Amino acid sequence: MAVKRAGFFTDTSVCIGCKACEVACKEWNGLQGNSPNLLLDSFDNTGQLDAENWRHVKFYERMPDQANLVEQPASTGGGQAFLMMSDVCKHCQHASCMEVCPTNAIVRTEFDTVYIQQDVCNGCRNCISACPYNVIGFNQATGTVHKCTLCYDRLQNDLTPACAKACPTESIKFGDVDTLHQLADARLAALQKQGYSKAQLYGRDDKVYGGLNAFFLLMDEPEVYNLPNRANAVLPSRNNLPGYLGGLATAVVAVIAGLIAFRRRGESEETKA
Amino acid sequence: MTLLAEHFVKPPEWTWYILTYFFLAGLSGGSYALGALLRLSRRPGYQAAARLAFLAAFPLILACPLLLTLDLGQPLRFWHMLFDSANLPALNFKYWSPMSLGVWALSIYAAFAFVSFVEALSSRVRRLLAGGLGAVVAVLGGALGLFVAAYTGVLLSVSNQPVWSDGWPLGGLFLASGLSGAAALLVLAAGYRPQLAEGVRALSEADRYFVAIEAVLVVMFLVTVALAGSLGKLFSGIIPLLWLFVVLGLAVPVVAHTRTRPILPLITSLLVLVGVLALRAAVIFGAQS
Repeated sequence: MAVKRAGFFTDTSVCIGCKACEVACKEWNGLQGNSPNLLLDSFDNTGQLDAENWRHVKFYERMPDQANLVEQPASTGGGQAFLMMSDVCKHCQHASCMEVCPTNAIVRTEFDTVYIQQDVCNGCRNCISACPYNVIGFNQATGTVHKCTLCYDRLQNDLTPACAKACPTESIKFGDVDTLHQLADARLAALQKQGYSKAQLYGRDDKVYGGLNAFFLLMDEPEVYNLPNRANAVLPSRNNLPGYLGGLATAVVAVIAGLIAFRRRGESEETKA
Repeated sequence: MTLLAEHFVKPPEWTWYILTYFFLAGLSGGSYALGALLRLSRRPGYQAAARLAFLAAFPLILACPLLLTLDLGQPLRFWHMLFDSANLPALNFKYWSPMSLGVWALSIYAAFAFVSFVEALSSRVRRLLAGGLGAVVAVLGGALGLFVAAYTGVLLSVSNQPVWSDGWPLGGLFLASGLSGAAALLVLAAGYRPQLAEGVRALSEADRYFVAIEAVLVVMFLVTVALAGSLGKLFSGIIPLLWLFVVLGLAVPVVAHTRTRPILPLITSLLVLVGVLALRAAVIFGAQS
């Protein structure tokens, strides 16, 4: 049965960094990938999410004796020494990209996912500067922007998205968001019971962009994974009112200044005459 | 260790087309607004300068849609900004998206700029618009001109891009700088023509006020960016050189005025215009560096 609210629950505690998700995503979606690039950044040569990479396994290596790591279980650095996370579009409930898109190319689908209509997008790239997760990329060949569709075509055919299908450790779980919430809550409780005190869910509740359809179980603070924390999960439209008010105030002051300048100069001309 | 919480945003790669657009939109909107103020003053000595401002505003704005279209990945879909392509003939209008609002404002403003352009060229149209109608056109067109000059800054602010979204003063800053650049451009275009002399003196005086407002807003902008921890981006690579031109553009009109031996107005105006361009370049390229 097709899901009502489609989403991913990515459990980073069981990610082994195999990148099967990246490969499966490219295979299914016909993404060519970028030219090979040796980034010398741990095992990461993908670099970032973009038009050709809709899944990206991030690697964060930290020594167990580094400050802030949980001491127990000591031998593994509290599960925080070698963090891996398969990143993806979050399909935010309050989506920054959708908010600024001037052409309405970015829509919410019947599966409650965020989707870029390729035949509507005109490549203005406003969404790229809005997405706080560095997700959307511009493709020179198509002249449009691209990101994860949550395998929209597979959803229409009642199939599991390619990345979740390929993930060998079930780090990426696909399903209805409400069901995934229950799974995530149980997994978090189990980890906390084992002593992983910094384990937390990101995007499970509505505190981050109204809730994320693709949410995560993290082993440390969101900032460690280059994710904006709750305080910084803000929408572009927050700057509309102050921006326009600043412009209006400047306009009023500038018009008064102009009138004074024109009057003063005019009067001095008359005095001369 | 406290980690700096921020957004992790890719640059949209808005470069030369957008820089040129922001520059020309500022000059056009500023020129029209100044032309409207000069026209509405009803002082006979200013009317030639008002006409010059209207003659400048329209050609400047004419280049803007072209630049915006060329910047698109799919230029032939430029009309998707105005019409809902999936649901024709419905219009696309999102007041909360400055890009959407700006495209509409630009289109309507261009119509006003065209009317005033024709008015400046034709004495017959001038007679037609001599009364209240002409004043209404000037007021509405002037307000739209101010909006067009300002919204480009708001467009950058309404994002999650570090630097752009850190500071709310960008809209006001681009407006003040657009007005300053427009005054300088009109002084430059007027040259030494005697019928424009009175207007030129008034515009030069106004420019000194505009650069003072702009200087205050530059400081406010830098403070807001510094408070957000992104100031380094605005001073990386060759960006400091651009700020040098910004400072020159702000200082020269004031210095030129206080000197007993006047600096050539043409040089002053050129430096102001370079400063206006440099400001936008520093903000656009700095954030994306």
